[in-house]
Order: sequence, then C-alpha cells, then structure tokens
Amino acid sequence: MRYAMAIDTKKCVGCSDCVVACQTENNVPHGYCRDWIVENVSGAYPIVEIELRSERCNHCENAPCVRCCPTGASHTVEGGIVMVTHDECIGCGACIQSCPYDARYSHPDGYVDKCTFCQHRLEKGQNTACVDVCPTKCLHFGDIEDPYSDVSLALKNRSWKVLAPEAGTKPQLYFLT
Amino acid sequence: MKTRREFIKISAVGAGAAAIGLSAVNIAGLKLVNAANDQTAVSDEEMTSFPTYCEVCFWKCAGWTYVDKHKNIRKIIGNIEDPHCNGRLCPRGTGGVGMYTDEDRLKTPLIRETVNGEQVFRKASWKEALDLVASKMKDVANKYGPESFALFNHGAPGEHFKHLLHAYGSENEGEPAWAQCRGPREVGFSATFGSWIGSPEPTDIRDTNCLVLIGSHIGENMHNGQVQEVADIIGRNATIITVDPRLSTVASKSKYWLPIKPATDLALLLSWIHVLIYEGLYNKDYVEQYTMGFEQLKEHVKDMTPEWAYGITTIEPSIIRKTAREMANAAPAVIVHPGRHVVWYGDDSQRERAIAILNALLGSWGKRGGFYFKEAISVPKYPHPQYPHPEWSWKDNLDGKYPLSSMAITTELLAASIPEFEYKHQIKAWMVAGTNLPLTIPNKELFKTAAEAVEFIVVVDTMPMDITGYGDVVLPECTYLERFDALRAAPHREPNIALRMPAVEPKYETKPSWWIAKQLGERLGLGDFFDYDDFSEVLDWQLKKMGTSLDEMKKIGIKMFDRKSGPLYLADGEEYHFNTNSGKIELYSTEFAELGFDPMPKFTKHPEPEDGFYRLIYGRAPMHTFSRTSNNHNLFDLMNENSVWINPKVAELWDLKTGQKIWLQNQDGIVSTFPIKVRVTERIRWDSVYMVHGFGHDNKKLTRTFGRGASDTQLITNVMVDPMMGGTGMRGNFVTFITENPGKEAEA
Repeated sequence: MRYAMAIDTKKCVGCSDCVVACQTENNVPHGYCRDWIVENVSGAYPIVEIELRSERCNHCENAPCVRCCPTGASHTVEGGIVMVTHDECIGCGACIQSCPYDARYSHPDGYVDKCTFCQHRLEKGQNTACVDVCPTKCLHFGDIEDPYSDVSLALKNRSWKVLAPEAGTKPQLYFLT
Repeated sequence: MKTRREFIKISAVGAGAAAIGLSAVNIAGLKLVNAANDQTAVSDEEMTSFPTYCEVCFWKCAGWTYVDKHKNIRKIIGNIEDPHCNGRLCPRGTGGVGMYTDEDRLKTPLIRETVNGEQVFRKASWKEALDLVASKMKDVANKYGPESFALFNHGAPGEHFKHLLHAYGSENEGEPAWAQCRGPREVGFSATFGSWIGSPEPTDIRDTNCLVLIGSHIGENMHNGQVQEVADIIGRNATIITVDPRLSTVASKSKYWLPIKPATDLALLLSWIHVLIYEGLYNKDYVEQYTMGFEQLKEHVKDMTPEWAYGITTIEPSIIRKTAREMANAAPAVIVHPGRHVVWYGDDSQRERAIAILNALLGSWGKRGGFYFKEAISVPKYPHPQYPHPEWSWKDNLDGKYPLSSMAITTELLAASIPEFEYKHQIKAWMVAGTNLPLTIPNKELFKTAAEAVEFIVVVDTMPMDITGYGDVVLPECTYLERFDALRAAPHREPNIALRMPAVEPKYETKPSWWIAKQLGERLGLGDFFDYDDFSEVLDWQLKKMGTSLDEMKKIGIKMFDRKSGPLYLADGEEYHFNTNSGKIELYSTEFAELGFDPMPKFTKHPEPEDGFYRLIYGRAPMHTFSRTSNNHNLFDLMNENSVWINPKVAELWDLKTGQKIWLQNQDGIVSTFPIKVRVTERIRWDSVYMVHGFGHDNKKLTRTFGRGASDTQLITNVMVDPMMGGTGMRGNFVTFITENPGKEAEA
C-alpha cells in the first residue's frame, strides 16, 4: 500500500480552501501552513497560460528528510506517509534544508511540522481534509497500488508530472496536466 | 528560521518557487512539547456539531460548526445534503471560524462622546446604548416622521431590522445588492423572460455544453455551487467562452478567451445576435413558439455585423462567428451567463437585455443545460400586528426617475440625506447593519457628506468596520456562529430550508440581531411585533407549520421539499405563459418602450482613458468577500493585501517592478490613501489595470488589515448611473501611477 495524491491542475482555481481546511483540521498556527497554492503564468498577452497547483509534502518513497533526521523523529509509516514525532524532534531543521519541495516549517512550539496526509482521518476511513473540502474536486487521494482507488482512476488516461523528478525522491504527488 | 510562509507563491515559469526562502535554522527558541497537548488534531467524534448556514457571503452554504469539549470552535464543514455547497464549503466558509476568533471584534456597545474637544467612543452598557437609540428613533419620528429613518443592510441581520423598521413606520431600506451589484440583470432578464435571475442563479451549468461568461470570473468569485458545477464541466471538456480584458482564472480554463477591449461588450453581444439570426443558427421552433418581436430584432441588428463589432471590440470577426456557432451547436444546453456584479457603464440593464435576448434566441431559458425553473419554499410569516402604512417611501422621492428600480437605491437614500439636494422627503437618521458603506458605495464624498448631514447613525456589526467610525452608537452583533437567524429558503432546483443555530455562547458582550431588534422594538412601544422571548420560538413555530420542527432541524440542518411549481424544464412544445406584458419572451421589450427606453439594446461608446491613464477594473479573490473578511486571520493568511495588476509593456514604460509600492491617482485627482504593490503580469491588457476589491481599510481598529492595499471604491468617483434602475456604473474610472509617497496621512 502506498498513499498518493493526484492534483488536477485543469480544475484547480487556486482558491486556497485546501490551505484553510488543513489549518482548521490540524490546528496549524496562524501564519503557517502545511499546504499552499502555486500559480505559474507563462506566455505573453493575449496568449497566456496559467497553471495552478495545490502543493504539500510529497511523502516521497525515497525521502531525504527521513534520511537526514538525526533523532529519527522524521520517519515513514504504513502506506508511505512521512511523519514527524514532535516529542523526538529537536528542531534542528536539517529536514527543512533537505526537502526539495519546501514542504516543512518550524512550528512556533519548537518542532518541525508538515502535512501528515491527515493520518488521523485515514485511520477512521475518512479522506484528508483538503480532499474533502475542495470545491472543484481537483484533489484525488488513495492507495496508488490499488488500481481502483480514486488516485489511480484519476491518473488513468491523463498526462501527469511530478515536481523535481531530478531530485530522485520518488514523490507521491502527481499533477494532472 | 522561516517565520512566515507565503501562501500564494507567484512565480514565473522556470523560477522555481520551491527553492527560495530557505535560511539558517535558529534553534534558540526550541521548546519541546507534549504530543498530547492541544496542538494536535481533534477527531470528529470528540466534538459536537451544530447546524449553520454561512454568513461570509450571500451564497449562504449550509454546514456544521464543530465544537470541542472546551467549547472552542475548531472547524466548519459543509452539509453534504446542501445543494448550495454539496458538503464542500469555500475557503471563506471554511475560514468562517476566523470571524468568531478575531480579537478585533466589537466587544461592547459604544457611544460617541466629545472629550476635551475630541470625539471618542466610550464603552456603554446595552441598556444605555439601546435607550439612546430608541430615544433618537422616537425623536426622529416625532420631528420628521418615522419615514425619515433609513436602514442600510446586508445579509441576515437585515431581516430583523427590516421588521423593526416596518413596524416603526418606514420602508426606506436599501442594500448595495441592488444599485451596486445585480440590479441591472434583474431588470434585463425580467423585461425579457418576466423573471428575475435571483440568488443563487438558476443556471443549469451542471448539464450545459457551452458556458459563456461576460466578464464573470467564476472561481475568483467563489459562488460555491456554481464554481463546483463549472469545475465539473471543465472536467468533461464542455465549451467555455470567456469575454474579459483580463485573463481571469476561468478564462485560462476556457476553450475561447476573448480579450475584449473594455466597455465594448454590448457590441460583441449584438454581433453575436446578428450572426445567430443572419446565419439562421437560432432555435427556430423555440423562437416561433415562445417569443415576440423577432422581426423587429432582425431589422435592428441588421448592420451589427462581426466586422462592425471588430472595430469596436478588437475581437476578430472569424472568432465572433466561430463562438456564435459553438453556442448554436450546444443549444439549448447553453448559458450566456447574466453575471452578478454588473453595474459597469450605466447602460447595464441594456447589456443584460442583450444577454437575455441571446439566451432567448438559443432557446436556453427553461431548458436542461440552460436555465432551470427555480423554486423556493415560502416560510410561514410569524404572526404580528399589521405594519403601519408609511406616508412616503424612497420611490416617491425619485420623482419618476429610475422607473425600474424595484429595490431602494442606496445612493438615492444617501443623496436624500443631504438637505442641499432638496429632495421632496429627507432622510434624517440611519441604521447601518452588516454593510460597510465607505468601502461599498462609489463616490465617497457623497457618502461622507450624507453621513455628516444626518442627525443620528447607529451601526450594527461584528467588526470595527470603517462604517463604525461614522456611528453615534455602535452595537456589537455576535457572529453567525453564535446566533439564531431566519431560515434560509433560497430558490434552487428543489425547494429547501437551512437552519442557523448558535454553536457557542456569544463572545464578549455581543448580542444577536434578533435580540437587538426586539429590545429596540419594546422600547419604541412595538413589543407586539416581537411576541417571543427567544427567536428559536419563531423558528419552531414556522418549522412545525412546514411539517418539521426545530428539534429535527437541529439534527439535519437542511431539509429538502418536493417541487410544486412543475418540472425543472419545459417539455418540447409545451405551452408556457411568461410573466411579461405579452405573455411571451420579449425580444422587443414593450415594457421598455412604454417607459421611453430603447426596446432593443443599442451600443453606446463609453469614454476612454487619456494618455498615461488606465481603466480601473476590479474584482474578487476567492478567499475574500467584499471588504468584510480582510481582517479575518484565517483568510488574511491567504491574502493579506491586494495588488495592482499591470501589463509588462506598461510596467516597462513606467519602470515599475513587481512588489514595488505605488499610489494610484484617478481622473478626478483622487489619490489612494494607502500605497498598493505592483504585480506585473501578462494576465491584464495594456489599457487597463486590475485590483481586488475590499482592501485599503482606514479603520486602525482592524489591526491586521488597516492600511494594507488600496481601496478601489475610493478611486471610483465617476459614476455612470443606469437611467432605468439607478445602478451605479463603476467601470468608467481611470488611474495613473504615483511612485513617490504623496505624503497623505491615513485617516485615523
């Protein structure tokens, strides 16, 4: 089993609902976030394109943050979810430096924090908060090894890309293009 | 250490957003925490949920407020049964919790007082504040008659205060929703189909094959259910045609983006009508059976060819023809969307008429994938004595002007507050509830002069909005999460009702509007109109009449009812009577003709910017509503100021860079109080600039948002009034750039 997310950039309107829903679900302090929106504009008026991406931790199969963590606070759990045990984190920030996706931040309480794929919700059979709230239904989540999961079905027959493939991290966010 | 992450990272292609912003980590502030503390997520089972419907915008999505065992509101989640949101709130609804937690909220009643020559607000008890408001209302009624007391309102609080106002003897209530927003489309569609569009719009986007947007930026306006349906049709590759001088988000997702020259939309619409008629693409059976005036229309648009429109709109004739054919191919599952904020150039009712006529020719009204026949359930009126009959109302003051205004025109109520304008009947005092007039009404001078002139102003709000600075008394309302309000019973595909109930006790000394209205009513001797101790009694009475109860609604939040008005759509060839003079869809408007207006829309050329000036276009961001959310901490985090969008060619000319702070000056010499950051972007035409509405607050009590960004409303001093319904056209303002601080001090 490996959890993954597909983000449909064609549908995303960049409203940032995923950001607020994550904040309220996971009690992320004001001024910080575990997910965010990137807007890329290319071309020249009037031939212009916009790509909108809802981004978060890529829960990499080959996660540099886990490898570089001196205390083992950053670790991988079932389904490939990369987690941080707050108690064991000394806030050194090595993981923040190592992440090619800028997905981690230093929580004001002294530990490093990031997206958990809402593991507490998955345990109860729920989706992540961002997936459940998205008004455009542009986020698809599930076990990528299950051919009938939402994420596998979303990837079927669509072109997609991952971010920073050259980093060799085997990221688990797939951007439908 | 990164202390603050930018939520919206804007980058040019190639400049990776991810890699920037890293710096050495500061471990001095390290603090170990217990994993079991309050920072962790709380599971839904550990919380209690209460039904509500959202008050952050007018879409009023139904949801559940989740409260933890410490009585903290943790989150708000959409109600899955609700057709307005289908279980998915928008960012503002999700962030609605920030309305409750905002530490800048109004906390106690305030009374204006002069201390040592300086005006200040002092805290007051509810009793003192309510006694004072009631005595002023009595004074006004005795001296000038109750009619001279006006109410400006928006949203749920308005319902309670309208009831008070009517009981008191005045009908002078206005909301910006008419003359500053959607009035023209109701006039244009009513003249054509005999029906308002209303809210939510009965656009059957779900099943459409072609959606045409005229400046409507769905997705940036986060009208939830509508955005969801647009995302659905993007998913199934339906045709979207977007007409906008700016590459809006939805324009970027459209098959056709028509980057029109601003202020020329009506020419494009007329040329589309021309193509549909002269290429024989219109829906002949539908037009034959349901419309009148086709021959007059045909003659009227004879010369309005795509070539004619090209010279005006800059849209190539081949594209005009191609897009007209796309619409015809999709018909009747096609929607030329009426838009929502449509007060642009003063001929807006006529532009909306052209949109309505296009829909009529395509046969989309009353058809699947076009416009469905909406239905609302009527909520039984809780019994009260008959309202007194006022001796005059806003309509009498118009003296025959704006004959198609069916709601009061806010700007006319303001003008009637200024004695020098010598209106027949004068407004002498105001209540303002839930609307921030200074950042809503164009021509701030009119507003300020009127506010100076009236004898008394009472403001009801949850936040120290800019308007509260003008109040003699300020009454702190609790947020929607802390109160009962009237049932939501908006029209939709199926009639439905939604309940709003308090999830927690009101914070501070705030009170619900129903309570404030009742308290004032009792002090005015109108207690019979408020024959209940708690508003929940009214709701329970109404709900029982509707076959449910407050207890049941507390459990389900939303209830659907069967349709009684007939099917959603017209069957092929079905007889139908439209509520117009002729009983037909009027391509030629007999109503307009009788009133001396053009029975069919004509293109009028509007003024253009002089050299060095750019047309000011404004719009919405998906995470904010009007000017009411910019201080909300959750939403402030998503967007904490607006920027002015400038085309790179123009930026080069002026040597402007993204992120640079500049001031905007309009054609009348008005300079923005606050600077605004430049965003150089290919998304905007070279003859226009764009900014998001709702920033540039000048009340320092809004500690987060004060002075951030600029106010578009402040720069809108040229108002082009729609002679049919009084709409204040706001898109005829032009700005230039000031790069040095003009030294204007912010008003306190």
